[in-house]
Amino acid sequence: MTSAVSFARVSRHFGSVRAVDVVDLDIAPGEFFAMLGPSGSGKTTCLRLIAGFEQPTSGSISIFGERAEGVPPYRRNVNTVFQDYALFPHLNVLDNVAYGLMVKGVGKPERQKAAEEALSLVRLPGYGARRPSQLSGGQRQRVALARALVNQPKVLLLDEPLGALDLKLRENMQEELKSLQKALGITFVFVTHDQGEALSMADRVAVFNDGKIMQIGTPEDIYQRPKTRFVADFVGSSNVLPPDFVQRYSGQHRWGSLRPESIRIGRAAKGDGVAARLVSTNYLGATTRLALDVDGLRLHAIMPAGAALPKAGEAVVLTFNRDHLHLMDEPA
Amino acid sequence: MRSDGSPSAPLGLKIAAACGLLFLHLPIFLIFIYAFTTEERSFVWPPPGLTTQWFAVTWNRPDVWQSLSLSVRVAAISTLVALVLGTLCAAAVSRTRFFGRETISLLVILPIALPGIITGIALRSAFSLAEIPFSFWTIVLGHATFCVVVVYNNAVARFRRTSGSMIEASMDLGADGFQTFRHVVLPNIATALLAGGMLAFALSFDEVIVTTFTAGQQQTLPIWMLEELIRPRQRPVTNVVAMVVVLVTLLPILVAYYLTRDGDQIAGSGK
Repeated sequence: MTSAVSFARVSRHFGSVRAVDVVDLDIAPGEFFAMLGPSGSGKTTCLRLIAGFEQPTSGSISIFGERAEGVPPYRRNVNTVFQDYALFPHLNVLDNVAYGLMVKGVGKPERQKAAEEALSLVRLPGYGARRPSQLSGGQRQRVALARALVNQPKVLLLDEPLGALDLKLRENMQEELKSLQKALGITFVFVTHDQGEALSMADRVAVFNDGKIMQIGTPEDIYQRPKTRFVADFVGSSNVLPPDFVQRYSGQHRWGSLRPESIRIGRAAKGDGVAARLVSTNYLGATTRLALDVDGLRLHAIMPAGAALPKAGEAVVLTFNRDHLHLMDEPA
Repeated sequence: MRSDGSPSAPLGLKIAAACGLLFLHLPIFLIFIYAFTTEERSFVWPPPGLTTQWFAVTWNRPDVWQSLSLSVRVAAISTLVALVLGTLCAAAVSRTRFFGRETISLLVILPIALPGIITGIALRSAFSLAEIPFSFWTIVLGHATFCVVVVYNNAVARFRRTSGSMIEASMDLGADGFQTFRHVVLPNIATALLAGGMLAFALSFDEVIVTTFTAGQQQTLPIWMLEELIRPRQRPVTNVVAMVVVLVTLLPILVAYYLTRDGDQIAGSGK
């Protein structure tokens, strides 16, 4: 089966900056694919390479089997939902949505009907006559989505589309985007710096750092089995354990990771475990985050709300299921 | 210090403000009144009598029509040149980053900061060096130097306020460069261009200094008026023409002012 999007050793350099550095990537048709990474990690440049706003310095990109280098954005069957939505302020909502069809020469009644349908799809029926300036942030986001989807793209690119929305709205839109993607069967490529968003929505996640892909995998893979210290730390703030520490519990001299929620805390007197000192507690509502000190190594643990907690400064014993200690590929 | 908290300004300040405004605008009314005077050799206050005969006299003077038509043509062509060059330059400076961008921006604005007399002398010596005979086109060239600045300034401000991703969005939706310009760029900068163009037209229409250095035997309207003041015959004709010039230049500037004011609201709401 041909990939929806395929990168073969793609690099994009800006002067001496390697924004994208030898990236290989295959996105399957119909997949919900997330590109996750801190700002400046190259994820947005990758998205712009697919859209055609950037050209690779080296390597090749194909979209559904067709070579994409040198093909301008307007000849690609790919549409983008921009971070700032980029709605046209001089057009009303209906004309905004119908824009893609208008420039392709679709007749007025036909394109307006298609635009109305697209607006219904994003649950904004009857908003056609309004100006973008009269809409809320969430509504503008839906218009941007409708404007892209009306062209029936083979791949939909989303550049941090939920970044400007408040928390509640963002959670709703996450569910909505996911069900929309399932219903339409279009390949979605989604850029975000929010690991929770990537894990909850995507079928597969690529974690970017310094222009390189650190790891590609399902959300479970990325979360449970990080390959490098960077992935462990960036996705879900896992405890990164140095080789000497790991050797004591697994017998192998390798870097390891341990999820904060895998750690149990007990009173110092009771049973065996790792002797530690509780440095501080951080109340987060549903959970409490503990900072622990183990011979100079700082670890974090998460306790459910209501659990009896020792006081800061007290000596404690921490235990964990050794199966939860994940060994990473990172060289020791 | 005022304990009553009244927002009203003191009387002295009000009078001073009124005097300032009168000082600015009274001379213009005097020019209008002298257009109706019966005395044709010198301006006497109060006018010995009032007449409208000078409007008919002006209407029948071929030299007025010649210079008026020259001024209108020069202003129109200079504005057109400025619209094209100013917009292109503004687009380049605000849309892309390249070496020497700030320098180009400064060089474009320089002609309006330079005294007109410098621009005039520089152009005159350049024309004679290149052995270009003075003509309609040398005047247009001289005027275009400052008209470009006006259009550029307006366009660059608008480009800065329009979201850069809008052009990318248009391309992304399947519009090529020309379609994007027509359907997205032009509608968004249209009012700024109109305002800049009108200002440029008005500037060119009453320009004297650069014109004296770049015109040959031809007289634009302001130059004609200057010459006319020296001649003692049919003086009020100058005042009639002055009235027309005030109207012709004031109206576009007013329209430009209102257009850019509305433009702020349009552009500001687009984000």
